[in-house]
Amino acid sequence: MPMHDLNVTAVRAVNEALHRLSPDTNETFWQIENPQGKHAIGVGIDAPVEVEINGHVGYYCGGMNKQARLRIHGNAGTGVAENMMSGLVHVMGDASQSAGATGCGGLLIIDGDAAARCGISMKGIDILVKGSIGAMSAFMAQAGSLVVLGDAGDALGDSIYEATIFVRGEVKSLGTDCVEKPMTPDDRDRLADVLRRGGLNGEAGVDDFRMYGSARRLYHFHIDNITSY
Amino acid sequence: MCGIVGLFLKNKNLEPALGDLLSRMLVTMSARGPDSAGVAIYGAGDDDKVKLTLRVADGTCVDDLRSELFAVTSAFDISIRSSHIVLSISRSDAATVIHWLKTHKSDLDLVSVGENMEIYKEVGLPEHVVRVFGLSGMSGTHAIGHTRMATESAVTTNGAHPFSTGEDQCLVHNGSLSNHNAVRRTLRREGMAFSTENDSEVAAGYLTWRMRQGASLRDSLSSSLDDLDGFFTFVVGTRNGFAVLRDPIACKPAIMAESDDYVAFGSEYRALSVLPNIERARVFEPEPATVYAWEHP
Repeated sequence: MPMHDLNVTAVRAVNEALHRLSPDTNETFWQIENPQGKHAIGVGIDAPVEVEINGHVGYYCGGMNKQARLRIHGNAGTGVAENMMSGLVHVMGDASQSAGATGCGGLLIIDGDAAARCGISMKGIDILVKGSIGAMSAFMAQAGSLVVLGDAGDALGDSIYEATIFVRGEVKSLGTDCVEKPMTPDDRDRLADVLRRGGLNGEAGVDDFRMYGSARRLYHFHIDNITSY
Repeated sequence: MCGIVGLFLKNKNLEPALGDLLSRMLVTMSARGPDSAGVAIYGAGDDDKVKLTLRVADGTCVDDLRSELFAVTSAFDISIRSSHIVLSISRSDAATVIHWLKTHKSDLDLVSVGENMEIYKEVGLPEHVVRVFGLSGMSGTHAIGHTRMATESAVTTNGAHPFSTGEDQCLVHNGSLSNHNAVRRTLRREGMAFSTENDSEVAAGYLTWRMRQGASLRDSLSSSLDDLDGFFTFVVGTRNGFAVLRDPIACKPAIMAESDDYVAFGSEYRALSVLPNIERARVFEPEPATVYAWEHP
């Protein structure tokens, strides 16, 4: 069981060791101590391992992750799990801005709140926030589900493409071209799937949520806007 | 980039350690701003006295200054810290001495005026700057530090933060203002003086102007949301206060911690990680366009 103390070992050395892992490695459980807000911890892992990080992390933790399951026992700085491809990143505290930005796959769970721009430009990742999210979340979000048990800040889903947002609490305001939509059976299944994968069996029901997505008014040029150009 | 740190102590027992804690916080932010660094520290003061922090040019002879000063004021104290000297004078002499300095001593820059506040700033890495000024040996109630990556004006000591435009008032800024020239013109008409072309000095001047009109620190910051355009995280100090404000889209990073012992600000969590018992403090990210202010009674 590899254990690294970031007071002793540099982040780059730990990341290099993680990058050297082969798909059939037996070193499947990693522990990282004293992160103390350092940046880029556990970025670019491509192996089915578990990584426990004991403390607060800085920017981009778990970025570009493939296959690995990272658990952060603390808060995360800007861009946690940005551009994740698959696997799991679980923040047990709060996350700063741009959590899960541009993520292509996998699941990001945030037990606390996420700040502004959560899920900005998400491209297939699923994000479950048990607290609330800040302003401008899911800006230009393209695919995947953003599920929020608490409230959402201003301009939710501005210029959204085909990602889906589920919010249980209040939405302060919707951004341009983002509208509330009725849930289809398929939407209900996807929401239930994220809740189940997030370990919320029965704690939050599908019927408690409202769904938001694109009105698709920005997809094509509209002749009525000709005078705007 | 730029990095900001701030520490407002609630527990008096920590006051002797203020300079040491702030030094360590500032050094963690070196990568965010290697061009220059500065600190404002609020230490012991005396109701009847004013401290002038002056930056001296290379080759200035402090003994000569001392003898020249006797012609202007009879009672003063001078303490020297590297390129800065702190001149402590009686409040009744302040206007005369400041006028004399401005008209006769062009080789001295008046960095700050205050009952409690002293400001030290210099070009170079934070580690160098805190060492030459001996910051880690200083005590006080609250302090603000800044490490700069220059964007809107040159890498000079005058362009280094904190900026002070009023007695015991200072501001540090991460970001850039887009309407600073227009606001500076308006404030000059209102009688405010500016010594640089720097955007952050305008923000400091704006707050001084509002407080001079009678607004509280909190109200001054609230109205800056309407009048200042651009990206900013501001941390502001007054004689007994400490405040934080981010722009409405929270462009620049900010993280705070509050416990029974202190309120702390950092551009990144790394800056807070050096504080005692940080693991037991409430760590949170300040909301956009929301004024956070603390004051000692």
